[in-house]
Order: sequence, then structure tokens, then C-alpha cells
Amino acid sequence: MNSNFIKRKLFPLLKVQYSNMLEYRVEIALWAISGVIPFFMLNIWTNNNLNEAINISNIMLSRYFLCAFFVRQFSVVWVVFSFEEDSLMGKVSPYLIQPIHPFFRYFAQHLAEQITRFPFALIIAVIFFIFNPESLWIPDLVVLLLSAISTFLSFLIQFLIQSIVACLCFWTEKASSIERLLFIPTLFLSGLLAPVISFPAYVKSWIYLTPFPYLIDFPANLLSGNSTNVNRGFIMQILWILLLFPIFKKLWCAGTKKFTAMGS
Amino acid sequence: MNLRKYFKVYTKFLHTSFASELEYQTNIIIDLITAILSLIGSIFLLSIFFQDNGIIGGWEFEQALIIQGIYTILNGVTNTWFNPNLTEIVKHIREGTLDFVLLKPIDSQFFISLKKINPSGFLEIMLGIFLLLYCININEINLNLRFLTLCLFTIICSICILYSLWFFISTTTIWFVKTWNATEVLRSFLYIGRFPLDSFSLSLKIFFSIFIPIAFITTIPSEVFLGLYQLWKILLEASVAIIFLFTSRKFWLFALKFYSSASS
Repeated sequence: MNSNFIKRKLFPLLKVQYSNMLEYRVEIALWAISGVIPFFMLNIWTNNNLNEAINISNIMLSRYFLCAFFVRQFSVVWVVFSFEEDSLMGKVSPYLIQPIHPFFRYFAQHLAEQITRFPFALIIAVIFFIFNPESLWIPDLVVLLLSAISTFLSFLIQFLIQSIVACLCFWTEKASSIERLLFIPTLFLSGLLAPVISFPAYVKSWIYLTPFPYLIDFPANLLSGNSTNVNRGFIMQILWILLLFPIFKKLWCAGTKKFTAMGS
Repeated sequence: MNLRKYFKVYTKFLHTSFASELEYQTNIIIDLITAILSLIGSIFLLSIFFQDNGIIGGWEFEQALIIQGIYTILNGVTNTWFNPNLTEIVKHIREGTLDFVLLKPIDSQFFISLKKINPSGFLEIMLGIFLLLYCININEINLNLRFLTLCLFTIICSICILYSLWFFISTTTIWFVKTWNATEVLRSFLYIGRFPLDSFSLSLKIFFSIFIPIAFITTIPSEVFLGLYQLWKILLEASVAIIFLFTSRKFWLFALKFYSSASS
């Protein structure tokens, strides 16, 4: 991947997708609102003093859930659903002829959506701080940078997992139901609804080997200033990316060989 | 309104949509696994909440399981009927095929709400019923006719409220064209119906009783299950259900006045 590639292909693609996304601002605002579940969870935690058992103060917990909301906002992936529709409608064939990997198109779509989503997520955060002024804090620049990187890595992991599922579209018509199945462990184990630290010991013994805690719990802990193992987090994120990427590549090669265009 | 005609049409709907859905048999199995995993996940989450506290919001763990059971049944109903049909409204309006629906010599709301069915939702309903039976066992509830009719009655009221909410949001498509994600917002808000309403703070409790009546949808049926019901609450739920159904109907007829078909 050279700089020419980025300048000539990826950047224009991003620009096109960004203007495309700006067209549907309200839609993206609604997506942002639909991610408010962490705040409801926070309400259950603090309202019942459940956080005393895990030794996290109310303020730290509210920061954690705010950060979980943020990380989730910037790591939402829907490539399976787009790809499934495109492959059912026969739109994949023209994409395959283009001199760029079709998944760059989806990748640019996701990045553009995140940029569009950013102001809405900020508004929701401001509303949150109005209701909880005591939990306002300003993370220092290094932390901000590190957590932005880890959020991006989390996004990459999820993008790769979904791309792998999306490749199954070459064999089956409804790959999105597999994605819905995979979403369940992501929802409950990633730390979106409860911080991983609160999980019972029999789960904590193996969960750190799976990719799930690195999707939301690790970046959110990093950003909110809760204790977390930074080295292990980054190493595991990178390991999972290195593990998933070849699988995606293999499946994509096998899938495109099997692919027959509409009507043939 | 000719009931027999509608009944006959409905059996035909059932027949065609079953036939088309059964084409994807593995899909149904994957959906079943998804439903089971998501139930396990939410019980896991509940067990985290209860691991150091015996009571949350006045509910014990065994009692909170009833809410899970009722939520699972209602979610099954949503997946069987509301989700496949009402997301279709968006498609009808974007592609202009609502014209064909309106021209049919049958009530448009009936057609739009019941045309399709998703059999995998049935499995979820069964799952919910099994969980409820288990709860009846562990909570030592004695069954009698009065109890069963009240339960059935409140659950039917909940289904009516849920249907009206979904239908109401889908109807707004006539003005906004793309409300597919507005239903997603509703879905994420309904998610908190898995937890006892009393575990939230007062402001959220009020919000979820008035704007999105989750209080009526899962909490009142659960109270009936435990025998804690008060008659006025049940009557209130019934009247809310009737008001919701009536308004959603009126709203649909009102919205249709603003529908200008495609290309006009």
C-alpha cells in the first residue's frame, strides 16, 4: 500500500462516502441515539449501589459507561448487511472489476459514517455531563491518543470478523443471521452492559483470551482512567488482527473463485 | 368488516410466508441458537447484578427471571410478526409499492401488519414459555383459572401496546421516508424491559412509564405472575392498550392522507 494508492483511491473514496453520509444526517443521529443502552445500565448500577462490590466509585463507573458509549459509537460495523444486500442484488460483480478491493469501499463507508457521527456523539456526551456534572473530566493527550488508537483497533477487529462472515455470502444467501448470532457474545461479553471486572471468576479466567474484552472494555477503561493492563490490551488487539486478517484473505480468495455473477 | 374473509386471507398469508421462510432451514436453526444465547446472556447479566445483592429494586433473582421470560415471549412476538412486516412499510414507501397495497380490496393496515411471518420467532416464544413454567415452579406459584386468564389478558394487552408503538413509528415513514433506524431506537429502548422498572432512578422510571410505556409492557404482567397485582393497574394497562391501538389506527389513516404515491 503506497502513498499514491491512499492519495488517489482511498481519499476520494472517503470523500464521496462522507458527502453520501452527510445526506442522511438524521439517520445517523438516530443510530447514535440507539446506542444509549450503556447509560441505562449505568443507572441500574448506581441506583442499586452495585458498584460497591467491585470497588469502583460512582464517578469512575459513570465515566466508564460514557466511554463505553463512545467506543461503541466508533466501532459499530455493518459490513455484512451491506455486502449481503449488494451480493443479492448483483452489485458485487461491477465492484469486482474495479481496480480496488471492494472492501475498501465498505471500509471508507464506515470511516465516513464515524466522522459524521462524531458531533452527535459529542452532543449526547454534553447532555450526559449536564445531568452528571461531577463526572466531568479531561483526559490528558497521551491517554486520548492511546484510546483513540485502541478504539480504532477494536473497530478493525470487528470489521475483520464481519468481513469474514460477509465472505460466507458467497456460499449462503443469509450470512447476516450468522452475524446476529455473533453479536450476542459481543453484546454481553465486551463490557458494554457491565464492566468485565464485575464478571464472576469462572468467566474472567478465560475471557481475556477471547477478542471480546478488547472491543469495548479495554478502550473504555483506558479512556476513562480506570485500571487496565495497557500492554496486554494492545498486544491482544494486534494479535487478533494478525490472526483474523489471513482468514479473511483466504476466504475472500476462495469465495471470489466460487462467485458466479448474476444470470450466469 | 367481514371477519370470515379476513380469516381466510390470513391463512393464505400464513401459508405463503411459511413456504418462503422454510426455504432457509439452517437460518431458522441459527436464529434459534441466537435466541437461546441471548437469553443465557441476559440471565448472565442479571446474575452479575445479583451476585452480591439479594434484592434489586424490590425484586429477587427468581422473580426477576419472570420478567426475562415475559420479555422473551414479547421479543418472540416482535420477531415473528412486527419486525418482518413493519420494516416492510419503509420499503413499500421508498419503492412506491404502497400503491398496490392501497388498491387491494382489503384493509391496508391489516395487510401491512400481518402479511409476513418469521417462524424462528415462535421458537423464542416457546423458550419464553418454558422459562415462565420454570419460574412458576421455583417461585411456587399455584396455577388456577383466574391466574391464567389474568396472565393471558395482561400479556395480550402488552402485545397490543408493543404493536401500536412499532406501527406508530413505522407510519412516520410516510413523512420521513427512512425510519428504519427509528425502529432501531425503539428496539434499544425496549431492551431495558428485561429489567425490573423499580431498579431505575425515579426520572427514568417516569420516562419509561409515560413516553415509552415499558412499565406496562413487562412489569405489570410480571406482577400478575407473582400475585402482587392491583386491579387498578391491570385496568390501567387495558385502557392504555385500547388508547394506543385506537390512536395508532387513527394515525395511520391520518398519515395516508399525506401519502403521494411514487412519481407524483
